[in-house]
Amino acid sequence: MVGQVLFILVAAITLLMALGAVVAKNLFHAALFLVGVFFGIAVLFILLDAEFLGVAQIVIYIGAIATLIVFAIMLSKNVMGKEAGAYNRNWYAAMAGAVFLFLLLAWLLLKAPFQMVSADVPADAITQIGQGLVGTYVVPFEVASVLLLVALVGAIMLARER
Amino acid sequence: MTVPLSWYLIFATALFSIGFFGVLARRNAIAVLMGVELMLNAVNVNLVAFWRYLTPTDLSGQIFVVFVFAVAAAEAAVGLALMISIYRTRKSINVDELNELKL
Amino acid sequence: MDLRSIGEAFIAWLQGLGIPQGWVLLINWLLGTLIILGFALTLALVLIWLERKLAGRIQDRLGPNRVGPFGLLQPIADALKLLTKEDITPADADRITYNLAPIIAVFHILMMFAVIPFADRVVGANINVGVLYLMAFGALGTMAMLMAGWASRNKYALLGGFRVVAQLFSYEIPIAMVMMIPVLLVGSMNLNEIARGQGSLFGLGWFVWVMPAAFLLYLVAALAEGERAPFDLLEAESEIVAGYNIEYSAMKFAWFYLAFFLNTWILSAVAATLFLGGWQGPFVDRIPALGVVYFFGKTFFMFFLFAWIRATFPRLRIDQMMAFCWKVLVPMSLALLLGAAILVKLGQQLAWPFAVTGGLLFVMNVVVLLVTLSLLGRYTRTLHQQQNKRLFTPELPRL
Repeated sequence: MVGQVLFILVAAITLLMALGAVVAKNLFHAALFLVGVFFGIAVLFILLDAEFLGVAQIVIYIGAIATLIVFAIMLSKNVMGKEAGAYNRNWYAAMAGAVFLFLLLAWLLLKAPFQMVSADVPADAITQIGQGLVGTYVVPFEVASVLLLVALVGAIMLARER
Repeated sequence: MTVPLSWYLIFATALFSIGFFGVLARRNAIAVLMGVELMLNAVNVNLVAFWRYLTPTDLSGQIFVVFVFAVAAAEAAVGLALMISIYRTRKSINVDELNELKL
Repeated sequence: MDLRSIGEAFIAWLQGLGIPQGWVLLINWLLGTLIILGFALTLALVLIWLERKLAGRIQDRLGPNRVGPFGLLQPIADALKLLTKEDITPADADRITYNLAPIIAVFHILMMFAVIPFADRVVGANINVGVLYLMAFGALGTMAMLMAGWASRNKYALLGGFRVVAQLFSYEIPIAMVMMIPVLLVGSMNLNEIARGQGSLFGLGWFVWVMPAAFLLYLVAALAEGERAPFDLLEAESEIVAGYNIEYSAMKFAWFYLAFFLNTWILSAVAATLFLGGWQGPFVDRIPALGVVYFFGKTFFMFFLFAWIRATFPRLRIDQMMAFCWKVLVPMSLALLLGAAILVKLGQQLAWPFAVTGGLLFVMNVVVLLVTLSLLGRYTRTLHQQQNKRLFTPELPRL
């Protein structure tokens, strides 16, 4: 009961923030709404017993990605001003597409049969994640680290003033 | 586990659709990138919800989310660097003004 | 006397009154939150007095001495003064963001108090991801300052905001890697477990002895993360007037001021927990309440160090600050983390006792430190030579 109320509260706030992030004319406000969305999703992760991911979500998304986005907004034009128009010419088509996508996906998801397993999360979940990353999933892990390195070098090369 | 799985799925779908709308409708390239981040987050919510409700003892679901984090970080870094670089040469990052490749 | 048992006795007493289980938990949480909040806000008053008094003594001044004995009531007088000042929001400012920024600045610090172990198991929230949690809420501070800098609509505030990103972002990398080293050695991200893991060999198990270079690195990076001299470029008066908080007045400025001091204290507390053994000390296993004394002793020692450095060192130039992070601290922290990972794994595989692993780790630290220092020394020597090189050597007139 308490869990349901909490979920509805967090989910509603997060969705409103997400709408704000997409609708806000001022890009900085959109970025702040985005931070709110990230925070809400971190809370949802913790409600789903994934504490590690919840905290990692804050570190990576708010600490790194959102700050980068805000920084990029500040570096691009008229830092304080509003955009002339937030949307392009085809926004109504996009809106229709998004609504259609939502209805289609929701219908499919509600129809799909899922085999629920009710079991507790193992107590050493974080240890298992760590061992999984350097055990079973070591190759994707290495590829991800190479990807991050390449992205780092690429970002520096792209943004450098020549 | 009082919250049904379907609630999480509907939430993630709504978030994904909002992000989808942002990607298609916004003019500013940074706003488009924000839409992409919303979509990635929706996917993460789905992954974690499926992990919790379908295979709670096998942590592969959480590990996959960690990889999504890494890809999202790389995407944001390169994407934003690209935009700053475009802004330097074109003085605009509105996606409908960047039409060099248009016939 | 175990502090934990007081809490358990309190819960039992509440249950005895016939209050249902859910409400008992709720009351317990609310009470814990209130205790931590009250503690943090009272602590801030003490810290402000302490820092000003210490800085005064170090710089051969008296420091605050007018209000109350030894000027002890000075922070309260200051707080009253700030409360009665006019609360200004600039006309052009972005109202909501502008007013939200100081709240987030304090909120993220107060959230961090929840995971600090004051004594064995005396923790607000004994979560398994404590170290990561500290990093997460530390990162939130950057956001608050960016918001303040942007929303003020003032170019100096905006410049301060840019500097926040440049400095805090850069120094987050070495500090995060160094914070991972105790996690590696203990095998847990729980701060209480990390403090417990340093109990061996009568105090020699403290990670400051095992990993001295890592501790030094943490100290330097924490100075930058806490915006303290010599890294206080975010609010360098001579360059950008006051940085991101230039437009803030009265209570809103007081929030930032509060956040600054509490941040320093949290950084000290984390240093004490990760490197100085936390609540570990003699007889602590017999009298657990002594842990509080040891923890506060170590934390205030670290705070004293920070205050000492702040009162003594001049400010760095911004390019020096960035170069120092990326060219010295980041490679050094990488070397330390890699060395620690290899040695810990070797120790596990070959079943070395802790003394052997610790000794080898110590040697590795000293080597890394010496290499770093020698490279730095060579760099400064070439810098001096370049500066002293003359375009021509004047010849003395011959008599």
